[in-house]
Amino acid sequence: MAFVEKKLPADAPVVDKALNWVDSRFPLTKLWNDQWGKYYAPKNFNFWYIFGSLAMLVLVIQIVTGIFLVMHYKPDANLAFASVEYIMRDVPWGWLVRYMHSTGASAFFIVVYLHMTRAFLYGSYRKPRELIWLFGFAIFLCLMAEAFFGYLLPWGQMSYWGAQVIVNLFGAIPFIGPDLSLWIRGDYVVSDATLNRFFSFHVIAIPLVLLGLVAAHLIALHEVGSNNPDGIEIKDNIGPDGHPVDGVPSHPYYTFHDIFGVTVFLTIFSAVVFFAPEMGGYFLEYNNFIPADSLKTPSHIAPTWYFTPFYSILRATTSEFLFVVQAGVVAYVALIWLTTKLPQLLKIAIAAIALVAIAGMMPGALDAKFWGVVLFGGSVMILALLPWLDVSPVKSIRYRPDWHKYVYIVFGIAFVALGYLGVQAPSPIGERVSQVCAVIYFGFFMLMPWWSAMGTFKPVPKRVTFAAH
Amino acid sequence: MKLLKKLIAALAFAPAMVLASGGTFPLDHAPDRSTDLPALQNGAKLFVNYCLNCHSASAMRYNRLKDIGLTDDQIKQNLLFTGEKVGDLMKTTMSAKDAKEWFGAVPPDLSVIARAKASGDGTGADWIYTYLRTYYKDDSRPTGWNNKVFPNVGMPHVLWELQGEQEEKFVEEKDPHDASKKVHKFVGFDLVKPGTMNKIEYDNAVGDLVAYMQWMGEPAQNTRRRLGVWVLLFLATLATLAWRLNASYWKEVK
Repeated sequence: MAFVEKKLPADAPVVDKALNWVDSRFPLTKLWNDQWGKYYAPKNFNFWYIFGSLAMLVLVIQIVTGIFLVMHYKPDANLAFASVEYIMRDVPWGWLVRYMHSTGASAFFIVVYLHMTRAFLYGSYRKPRELIWLFGFAIFLCLMAEAFFGYLLPWGQMSYWGAQVIVNLFGAIPFIGPDLSLWIRGDYVVSDATLNRFFSFHVIAIPLVLLGLVAAHLIALHEVGSNNPDGIEIKDNIGPDGHPVDGVPSHPYYTFHDIFGVTVFLTIFSAVVFFAPEMGGYFLEYNNFIPADSLKTPSHIAPTWYFTPFYSILRATTSEFLFVVQAGVVAYVALIWLTTKLPQLLKIAIAAIALVAIAGMMPGALDAKFWGVVLFGGSVMILALLPWLDVSPVKSIRYRPDWHKYVYIVFGIAFVALGYLGVQAPSPIGERVSQVCAVIYFGFFMLMPWWSAMGTFKPVPKRVTFAAH
Repeated sequence: MKLLKKLIAALAFAPAMVLASGGTFPLDHAPDRSTDLPALQNGAKLFVNYCLNCHSASAMRYNRLKDIGLTDDQIKQNLLFTGEKVGDLMKTTMSAKDAKEWFGAVPPDLSVIARAKASGDGTGADWIYTYLRTYYKDDSRPTGWNNKVFPNVGMPHVLWELQGEQEEKFVEEKDPHDASKKVHKFVGFDLVKPGTMNKIEYDNAVGDLVAYMQWMGEPAQNTRRRLGVWVLLFLATLATLAWRLNASYWKEVK
């Protein structure tokens, strides 16, 4: 087909002509309209729907501040700590850029956890949005990797020993573990080699993947359309203009809605940056103001707060707790055999895997540390299965049985408690509580195929619940 | 639903929950003199005279002291003794090898020590303030000194000329759990040899020194707070405008 350029009248504005020239060669207007301008989003978005835009904003803050930090930071074990203080003192506005980046790291997790909570509440991960959820899950993994690699860079005591502890976890894998952790570190202890490769991952590898995933997340979202607090499909109700009756074009409605959200967020963000950048030792840990010292192990090593719910599960896995896990595995297999109509072969396979796991948890077999790592990894990975675990007939919590709300509340409390206990020094009571919470955490997900379909569901309305402003 | 919202709000604030750890010597509150220029200048003088002989503050430039009201000339004449330039970093002349031999450990760099010593028990300034006031004579230690906050510390009491020499004071008290036993309870210090300052003067001098060290931990801190007020005022105004602008668009959505 021959190239045909749309003809504009000779007196058309220059801007229109320029846009026409571009549009003939690149789908600029189409992209804008598909992705935002004429993207019809449900009009009943509430408070919970701001966190996607905010996550995008924080990503931009992290990338821009990161670019400026890299201009002055030295990824060298002898220079790294001092170069951060150099940024804080001698680089004009360096302190602001650094605080924005360190506060941004924690803000990213706060925003993303709230964004995920929204998905939990309104079933945003359900069909046809499974891929959006999976892309989002991959973004969450990247974020954790990004935070972990980045946390080593200031080269303080917590940076150093936190990295040491986490890399050592890989050592718990049978046979290949010790060599694997050696390969990750590039040395027998965390050292200059480790710092250099973590720097490379933090500033190049992970951000590249992250940006790609964010693009995929958004393209998938704009393809299938947004969910909403009522969990109904606005595309099922198209008006005479060809657009959803309950939808509004993102521009200008959500443009200005999000600008408002952004200003509120920036106000809170700035309050932290300017008045409490350490946030009581949670955003910048006190111990990290001591340069890394491979000969002095701090008495209490805890990961930064956003990792602690999962870290607590790792710590809760004692050899004693493995008996509970074994009992849980037996009960779970029994439940599958007795209540599901899965193919016989699949049931046998599940039982076989369970048997191997139970044998591996026997005293004298694989040690508790290994299973701790398995549960630690499992507690994160299980999130990916959510679209297939939830089988409730409605998406939104609004139309679920009331007792489902309590299930979510108990899960939420267990998650927060795990996070809280993860920052505390280990204690016998804390250990027991975190074990109970770990059982609740896994129970919530693994029993979801059963409980999410139980109870009396409320009728779902045809139109979204919306009160005009 | 309301409860759920509250719960998730609590999740956001979970990091603000501060954990308490007990069992250590209770810390006194250091006076807040972070914007008191004469106090900071006096603190800087004490710091350079007493601390910098053994410790470094290698992230700190002498001429940054201009931020607390000193001029280049004042810095040159009062604070530079061994031919440093005013733009130099606060390095120490003592070598790490000598330090290790004399004190058993290399004295830590003090640039950000006031930030590093913060904990659930108090701020880093509280820690240093209590630490520098709780040295006591202890003949069992190689230096002859011991400390309540930092037991068996390697550093001798550098400020002894100012504070004088003090000893621990104990009283015998009935054990509250077992009436037949007595407990040896620490109740304070006895000044056995007075220094050049009385207690109030000494506490005040240490207060200045600690204020300086706290400031030195983050010299931009006063700029940060001053600027922060304007940033928040600006953003609050912007948020109000954005709120009304948003409302004016949404008015037409039925």
